[in-house]
Amino acid sequence: MKKSIFLIPLLILALIFTGCSDDDTTPEPVNEEELITTMTVTLSPVGGGSDIILKTVDMDGVGGNEPVITVNGVTSNEVSLTVGTSYEGSIELLNESEDPAEDITEEVQEEAEEHQFFYTSSSSLDVTTNYEDEDGDGNPIGVDFTLVANAASSGDLTFTLRHEPNKSATGVATGDITSAGGETDITETFSITIE
Amino acid sequence: MEGKAYKNNTNTTLENNVSKETLERYSTGALGDALNSLSGVYSLNKGNGIVKPIVNGLHSSRIIMVNNGVRMQDQEWGAEHAPNIDINSVGRLTLVKSASALQYGGDAMGGVIIVEALKVPVKDSLYGKTMASLTSNGRGGVLTSELTKSHSNGWYGTVQGSIKRFGDFEAADYILSNTGLIEQNVSLRLGLNKFNYGIEGYFSFFSSKIGILRASHLHGAADQVRAFESNTPLIINDFTYNIGAPRQNVKHQLARIKGFKTFENFGTLSLQYDYQQNNRLEFDIRRGDDRDKAAMDLELNTHTLLLDYENDFEHKLDLKSGLMARYQNNFANPNTGVRRLIPDYDKYELGIYLLGNYALNDRWLLEAGARFDYTHLDVYKFYRTSFWEDRNYDVLYPHIVVEDLGTQVLANPNLKFHNASATAGLKYTFKDNYQLFLNYALASRAPNPSELFSEGLHHSGARIELGDLSFNSELGHKVSATIQRDHDTFSFSINPYVNTISDFIIIEPTKILETIRGNFQVWEYRQTNAQLLGVDIDAAYRFTDKLNFTHQLSIVKGYDRSRNLPLISMPPISTKNEISFEHPKFHNLKLALQSEYVFAQNEYPDNNFEVYVPETETTELLDISSTPSAYHLLNFNSSIDFEITKTSLLTVGLGITNISNTSYRNYLNLQRFYADDLGRNFLINLKFKY
Repeated sequence: MKKSIFLIPLLILALIFTGCSDDDTTPEPVNEEELITTMTVTLSPVGGGSDIILKTVDMDGVGGNEPVITVNGVTSNEVSLTVGTSYEGSIELLNESEDPAEDITEEVQEEAEEHQFFYTSSSSLDVTTNYEDEDGDGNPIGVDFTLVANAASSGDLTFTLRHEPNKSATGVATGDITSAGGETDITETFSITIE
Repeated sequence: MEGKAYKNNTNTTLENNVSKETLERYSTGALGDALNSLSGVYSLNKGNGIVKPIVNGLHSSRIIMVNNGVRMQDQEWGAEHAPNIDINSVGRLTLVKSASALQYGGDAMGGVIIVEALKVPVKDSLYGKTMASLTSNGRGGVLTSELTKSHSNGWYGTVQGSIKRFGDFEAADYILSNTGLIEQNVSLRLGLNKFNYGIEGYFSFFSSKIGILRASHLHGAADQVRAFESNTPLIINDFTYNIGAPRQNVKHQLARIKGFKTFENFGTLSLQYDYQQNNRLEFDIRRGDDRDKAAMDLELNTHTLLLDYENDFEHKLDLKSGLMARYQNNFANPNTGVRRLIPDYDKYELGIYLLGNYALNDRWLLEAGARFDYTHLDVYKFYRTSFWEDRNYDVLYPHIVVEDLGTQVLANPNLKFHNASATAGLKYTFKDNYQLFLNYALASRAPNPSELFSEGLHHSGARIELGDLSFNSELGHKVSATIQRDHDTFSFSINPYVNTISDFIIIEPTKILETIRGNFQVWEYRQTNAQLLGVDIDAAYRFTDKLNFTHQLSIVKGYDRSRNLPLISMPPISTKNEISFEHPKFHNLKLALQSEYVFAQNEYPDNNFEVYVPETETTELLDISSTPSAYHLLNFNSSIDFEITKTSLLTVGLGITNISNTSYRNYLNLQRFYADDLGRNFLINLKFKY
């Protein structure tokens, strides 16, 4: 009598163990939907000349390998611009971990009120940037812009996409990131020389 | 009804109880808030909705929570995962500050927290209570109700439910945007209690939706620099009851059935089966179609079978022994569109224990016990190829690779852990109301899935967290002593302890990683040798039959002995002093004024790092290590009873916390980097007992 009592749980236990260990199906990989793997900034000189392509690619997202930065296809972050030249600029964001690659720029433009690009130059660099697009409220988005390379100089230029910035804060509409707030979705710095 | 109807969980460690009165006072708070009223307990918070108990400096997987005989399996490993127990369903709350309660598990490095329902008398009766509490801070409240029916033939049933709703809470000077919370709970109990046999079924459903401070959601180190530089949160909106992102939606279901039978000259055998399902959804601030989709979706299912034996109580020797078998499955839903932080796994556990105590005579009691646990983890995890190779796993574990997907590798680790734990202790009862408890507990804990498998961005910390597949079990040796005096006018207890843990798993920052989103700090788990030393003091002095004074002091110091550094996140020294006045003859009037002083933690490791901020062309030091200043809070509490009829009683309570509306930050609140803690709060509590 007493021994049989101990057998009951062992029986149930055996049932649990055999019942549950058969589902050896492997999990499916996660499709990282919001990932931005690639940012391409294209600068087209106004009045002719070849485009300058600034690119950063981080295929495995945050936490894996470091991003690869290229300028005109060459691994480098050094860009040279011509004194006195205006450039028409545009930014493209992609998620290349999907096939075909997903165009994140479209998402940004669909939610234009919640996104803004900033072009932050170091004080030594003499460039002027202007927004060439606007959201439904008349505030800039920054996918399209113009950049004027003024006098000969050199310094850093950082492209930053902020999610949910405060577009009505001081200076934000004219491209000053200082009081923009929000979260950084993507950011990359290039070293610019104007000559 | 309370009192000696409950048996001790251990005999050579002093057990601490939170009274029903205290539990009711914390009705609007979390279980962790009520536990915090005990000496030696601090809490690890994320805002005010997520409150985890820290016992003698340890928390999360190092604490066992037992809810009505069921060991909670609710993804307790995470610092932002609060215990899924409704404080209003708790009848009795007991804390054992050591691993000596081996019947529940052998891995309680910090201690065991035991939640039980009140015993139902075997007689014909129908009773219950309804309680409503309203608070000014959070502009919300709690409604809770409970009804018990019992019968002289042994049948009984209890139904209990509560609903909690708050909007944004407030610090002294501003609104803490998106900190509202909603909680809905229901529990049912049905049982038959005969002298030598009985059966009980218990079911509880816990559901919570907790907002997380909007301003604490950041992307990377440069965002952190901006947030840290500001004295106030970067986002402060108008008060609202809406809970947006980031937030957690957690549902926990627990079903238990237990039966016991007593055999003459043998003892009592009990058999219990329980099932728990924990579903955790975490919502982040997202873009596009993913806006309303959870960023984390975990479902944890656990089945446990327990067989316990206890011998007759007539003997000088009390024996307890048992077997445990558990199966657990974690499923991480891939539809989130975010890489899994915790992988899919199956876990199998087997445990066996034997505990005994022997009363040598009226003064001496000896206790000893041992437990063995076997754990098998069968895991499927996608590793990033870069990490897989960086950790040299491609050389060490090539045989566990199931599939190579280019940037990811699917691996199938099978890990086995063997954990032995033990306890030995004595209790000596002096003349003159003195008692001495002396206990040694050997605890052994297998690493949890987070420590083994974390690999990627943890949004709530704006950092990358990396676990390690090669970890082995932690082994802790805790020696604790308590000298207690239980007396009408002057009572006290002094409880010093030393806890030495080898292969202690800690997470700490190791480097800065450049990513397409900017720089992120990388935190890696590692194993080291740790030691925690401390003392908990409780004292009570009765000036007159109406005037009482109580004192509490908790000190804990933690060190990484391998590197000679203090451990991170150790509770600062804190002391609570209370003067209370009670007049039982005048409507049982009670008034209490409490002072709570928390010192600054002066021992902490330096994990600060430098970040380049392109906007200002400067390199900024990100101070994540410095601890907040000391603070002092004053709280007032009062209650008065009114007899409505012979069998029903109305209790009206009024409380104020943080009377002086002090602005303060708590070292162990993860929200401290971004905002102050709670400001003043008025609380009204109406309790109707019938």
